[in-house]
Amino acid sequence: MHNRRQFMSQSAAVASAIAFPLVAGAQPKTVKVGVLHPVTGALAYSGQQCRLGAQLAIEDINKAGGIKSLGGAQIEALLGDAQSQPQAGAAEVEKMNEAGVSAIVGAFASAICLATTQAAAKYNLPHLVDVGVADQIVERGLKNTFRFGPGYRKSTEIAMANLLVLNKAAGSPAKTVMIVHEESLFGAGTAQLLSRELPGYGFEVREVVKHANPTRDFNNIVLRMKSVNPDIVIPANYYNEYALLVRTMQQQKVTPKAIFSVLGGAASSYKFVKEFPDAANGIIDCNHWFNPKDKRAQDLRKRVEAKGQFFSYEVFMTYTAMWVLADALERAKSTDRAAIIDALEKSTYANHIMPYGPTKFVNGQNEGAQPLMTQVVKNDIKVIIPRDYREVEPLFPMKA
Amino acid sequence: MFDFGILFPSVLNGLTTGAVYALIALGLTLIYGVLHIINFAHGASLMLALYGVYFLKERLGIDPYLALPIAMAGMFALGYGLQRIVINRAGHGKDENILLATLGISIVMENLALIFFKSDTRNIDTAYSLSTVAIGPAMIAVPKLVSFAGALVVSALLFWIMSRTDLGRAIRAVAKEKEGAKLMGIDVEHVYAMSFGIGLACLGAAACFLLPAYYVNPQVGGGFVLVAFTIVVLGGMGSFVGALVGGFLVGVVESLGGLYLGESLGQIGIFVIFIGVVLFRPEGMFGARA
Repeated sequence: MHNRRQFMSQSAAVASAIAFPLVAGAQPKTVKVGVLHPVTGALAYSGQQCRLGAQLAIEDINKAGGIKSLGGAQIEALLGDAQSQPQAGAAEVEKMNEAGVSAIVGAFASAICLATTQAAAKYNLPHLVDVGVADQIVERGLKNTFRFGPGYRKSTEIAMANLLVLNKAAGSPAKTVMIVHEESLFGAGTAQLLSRELPGYGFEVREVVKHANPTRDFNNIVLRMKSVNPDIVIPANYYNEYALLVRTMQQQKVTPKAIFSVLGGAASSYKFVKEFPDAANGIIDCNHWFNPKDKRAQDLRKRVEAKGQFFSYEVFMTYTAMWVLADALERAKSTDRAAIIDALEKSTYANHIMPYGPTKFVNGQNEGAQPLMTQVVKNDIKVIIPRDYREVEPLFPMKA
Repeated sequence: MFDFGILFPSVLNGLTTGAVYALIALGLTLIYGVLHIINFAHGASLMLALYGVYFLKERLGIDPYLALPIAMAGMFALGYGLQRIVINRAGHGKDENILLATLGISIVMENLALIFFKSDTRNIDTAYSLSTVAIGPAMIAVPKLVSFAGALVVSALLFWIMSRTDLGRAIRAVAKEKEGAKLMGIDVEHVYAMSFGIGLACLGAAACFLLPAYYVNPQVGGGFVLVAFTIVVLGGMGSFVGALVGGFLVGVVESLGGLYLGESLGQIGIFVIFIGVVLFRPEGMFGARA
């Protein structure tokens, strides 16, 4: 017994002596970051676009010398798949925590973000939310959670205010509204906000219709639309359903005065515009959008398109979120989770491609974050509001 | 809301969906009628058929409608093989064993699909996916119209096989009186496997008609099979006419339910019918009284 113990302690000492120089030689050359998105399942397209954005950002950060305050440490991505389900997302957080990541960037959908931020909070693991527009995400007092983009309350308010402006400028031709939304947190929350607030702006909400993900037949919903005959149709759903809804409307010859979306899944998507130019034409969206006057955004767009991919909002949202994290790592000078959270709280990061100004997190929400209003014009997506970023004059209503 | 211009398209839409439901239910009711078991692998088999049609289109560029003979032959072979090699052997002639065997097969199929195809929802895009035909005030999508006509043709073919061919007579004989059929020199095992094969071939056809207007993922079968069970019970277990009429009825009820109650609640009508049938007419609309 005694001998064995002696042997153990001796060999441990020898082992550590041998190992020590190795450890010393391998000073933190990498910072592990979890990149967590729904890359399979119903949200696969959006999740893969997010992942692409994260990977491009990491490529750029590493090429520019990595995290300099950590001796040029390279960011190493740990890719995770939330399978389009909150519980799968939370399980990935557990795995990433085990693997020793310093932070997580993700996880696109609101419902998934709710689960992943909470799972990460248990380990005080910083979590940068790239899209996840439901406001509950940053309203639960989680110290580890930071959202760079705008939430749906802010987006909906801006959208409604601008709708009123557009409508007044055109002589108030639109009075009635129908909302079509997906059934999870993002769609249901947005629809609830809209139907509560729109009457205050002078619009009558005639109908609110919910649908599942995925839905492969919008005929019934469009038939309802025909009977309700709203002036404005507001969809709040993800890409596949958004595209199918608008295509079914075209099929059934339903043409409202405007298709006006708040965070519409396909409304400001180059993919949609390219695949269905006729259906997309004229659609107005209030959504995440890059600063159209920033040359770097255009360069990034070209890079993404050179890869045969579309420069969708997922790409630039996650791209920028990764840069926000890199900036925080630089200032934290450490891979310690608490230090990173502290650095994020103090972030003033302004060197980005979004129309947000300097970053300022208040209770995890970036105060400067704002959506832009875009419209599909001649097979391209152009900013119409606010004036500072305007590329073309808005066209409202669609049919006279 | 009860405007003809809204109601009529919705009913038509329901009829077209119902035709595919009927096709799926026909396969299920055939297998039940002959083997006296509920095929729990029906949904998973439909899912495999959909993947088959999907890959024929994506990899080989074969249009789903042209893939019809391939899909039906492939599914027939799968069904025949499954019954002969797996279900028959695992069943040892006991119904409860056969039931469990089909349940096991469905679990294996769905998880293999998850491994190989991932949980992505996929769909194909064809030139005619979004074209429509005007029927009165209704705009009906071309794939739906084709699936309606196709389902009717395949059902007619099935009726013909069952009523006019030796195989059909043998199947009906085995269904009615197994021992008697055996004594008359009918190869019961072969008839069982043929029935299972034909049952799955119906799914092959359904898959070809569905995919242009639908999608496929490893869980896709579940929703259909639940509806198909309802139709089989509604129409009468083992009744072909019942499956056909039940399919159309359920399709229309679902469509109108979706229109008036919303997409999520729309299916409630189907299950209300189901409970009603089980309570008041357990033998179904066209079933023989036990």
